[in-house]
Amino acid sequence: MDGHTEAAAPLLDVRDLTVKFVSREATVTAVNGATFSLRAGEVLCLLGESGSGKSVTLRALMRLLPKQAQVAGRVELGGQDVLALQGKALRAFRGGEVAMVFQEPMTALDPVYTIGQHLVEMIRRHKGGTKAEARARAIELLELVKIPSAARRFDAYPHELSGGLRQRAMIAIALSCGPRLLLADEPTTALDATVQIQVLILLRRLQQELGMGTIFVTHDLGVAAEIADRVAVMYAGRVIEEGPVADVLRAPKHPYTAGLLASTVHEQAPDQDIAAIPGSPPDLRRLPGGCSFAPRCGLATEACRQAFPDPVYPAPGRMARCLRVADVLPSPLTELA
Amino acid sequence: MSAAVEMQPYVDPRDRGGAAQPMLIARELQRHFRVKGAGTGAVVRAVDGVSFTLFKGETLGVVGESGCGKSTLARLLLHLVVPDSGELVFDGDAVGERGGVNVADLRRQVQMVFQDSYSSLNPRMPVQDSIAFGPMVNGRSKTEARRIAHEILVKVGLRPDLFGPRYPHELSGGQKQRVNIARALAVGPRMVILDEAVSALDKSVEAQVLNLLRQLKRTLNLTYLFISHDLNVVRYISDRVLVMYLGQVVELGPAAEVFARARHPYTRALLGSRLSMDAGRRIEAPPLVGDPPSPIDPPSGCRFRTRCPHAESVCEARMPTLGHWEDRSSHVAACHMTRPDSGHSLAGSA
Repeated sequence: MDGHTEAAAPLLDVRDLTVKFVSREATVTAVNGATFSLRAGEVLCLLGESGSGKSVTLRALMRLLPKQAQVAGRVELGGQDVLALQGKALRAFRGGEVAMVFQEPMTALDPVYTIGQHLVEMIRRHKGGTKAEARARAIELLELVKIPSAARRFDAYPHELSGGLRQRAMIAIALSCGPRLLLADEPTTALDATVQIQVLILLRRLQQELGMGTIFVTHDLGVAAEIADRVAVMYAGRVIEEGPVADVLRAPKHPYTAGLLASTVHEQAPDQDIAAIPGSPPDLRRLPGGCSFAPRCGLATEACRQAFPDPVYPAPGRMARCLRVADVLPSPLTELA
Repeated sequence: MSAAVEMQPYVDPRDRGGAAQPMLIARELQRHFRVKGAGTGAVVRAVDGVSFTLFKGETLGVVGESGCGKSTLARLLLHLVVPDSGELVFDGDAVGERGGVNVADLRRQVQMVFQDSYSSLNPRMPVQDSIAFGPMVNGRSKTEARRIAHEILVKVGLRPDLFGPRYPHELSGGQKQRVNIARALAVGPRMVILDEAVSALDKSVEAQVLNLLRQLKRTLNLTYLFISHDLNVVRYISDRVLVMYLGQVVELGPAAEVFARARHPYTRALLGSRLSMDAGRRIEAPPLVGDPPSPIDPPSGCRFRTRCPHAESVCEARMPTLGHWEDRSSHVAACHMTRPDSGHSLAGSA
């Protein structure tokens, strides 16, 4: 993107997003004041482990959470208040302006409809036009995502396609109405290694060609390194570190990010233990006071247990919510490289 | 190799064959599954002529993509799925044959840890009872079995008083997998099959469990068959590696060798698909196109030829063989390019 666009308001702005699930037994705070923004044409990876709130955040952005979820905070897409959308406007927003690619295409696609029917329904619902026009556009889209013999695959049912082709079809459906924002929830996690890299390269190319802003949820640092411009690392419902992907992976500023990098198996010497993060993520029903990573953190002091640290900006474009930023050791990968 | 270093002078009374006798030898194992409603005679060739040796004290990593038969292979080794044909030799004794070792004895010495830590535990049983179940079935008294369960819980890093009485739903994923490891170890096995045992765990927890597995192997003198789709994890934990594609072994060799100098084009493609974790070194072109074909009707000749950049007519005509794989340092690949006399134009180059 050129400097002119960068100076403009962000495509997506998320402020203090909080999602609580309240039941008789407990209140689970799945997202706890997440704040981030996305420029047009940018790819942001939400990186985190299970329970970090990354998928719930994504669903909140598309308003896909169930009614009992209590959502607070602000989500603006191109100046439009997303959390206030209702009825017709909400239906036009979903699929039209924002589209999502899910992890498991087999459950995200309807097994009794063909790939073509999925696409035609989307296109006609949002863009109108005749059946023949929609069909031509659908085949174009299947070719765009590199599905071989697109015209024949138009009539295939989801179960007749391999995992890789199903995920490509899912991407074609998401792109069918030219969304400004693409949300991808672990879209390559269920795929085999040789297929995963094909789909990642396809997504990277399509994103660059079509220029849509993209939020990519993953737990895999390797996937983030392949596709992201920036990463936002989530822990217990908060963004605890943010920055350009190469910088964050080379020199993390938050002890959790550093720990995640050290514990990811990647070229460690076979005769040495891996530097694992001790303990497990906190119970979202009973979050600790202060920094939620403090109980597992080797650098934690009394001050860390008092209040959740405010953001600090240790370098241009970098943010970390940690009192001990200056003491975080560089990633072990830096030493390897 | 680290396998040699980790061999200990302690001699297990059950070690009948001695250190030189492999723990397990598989010869030409085959298992096909009939497919319902896919026409007459359609079969999934899940495991199709798999041979390998597992030496005492080593970790053999098994890698391959979904549908390559690695999980069926694990089940064949324990006779959880009975092979159609082929031979299985455990510590010098043929499995399930007269004069050999029977299946119940085999399962006392070989145990398995599955991927899904929740569904492999009985949800209505406190985990200490799940762990004690094996020893009780094998003749220990209830108190004795409970004592063993508590000892093993300590070994896997869980406090017995705190975690023993809990039910599976009260544990995190990492804790459940520790319980599954404890359950496998409770009967005192010599060999453990780990079928994607760390794949469902978060990275920070996966590292803890990998460290635990390595430590248990040292202290309990275990032999591991470690099945995983994650090449980084396999490289880290394995002494030797076996690569499978569509029900067959395509490459077998010492881990350091296979990762540094892969001889089969499929292994090279798998290695090339690993993500770098460095945004400055992104993969520009995928090493392979398309998905693996269905194991129902695999290609003739070499099964990889439909995706292989070097496929020639000889690859279609004849199925390449793996070659001689019976010692620890063998590095073999089932590819015509590795045989000088195969008739492939690149023969002898790989």
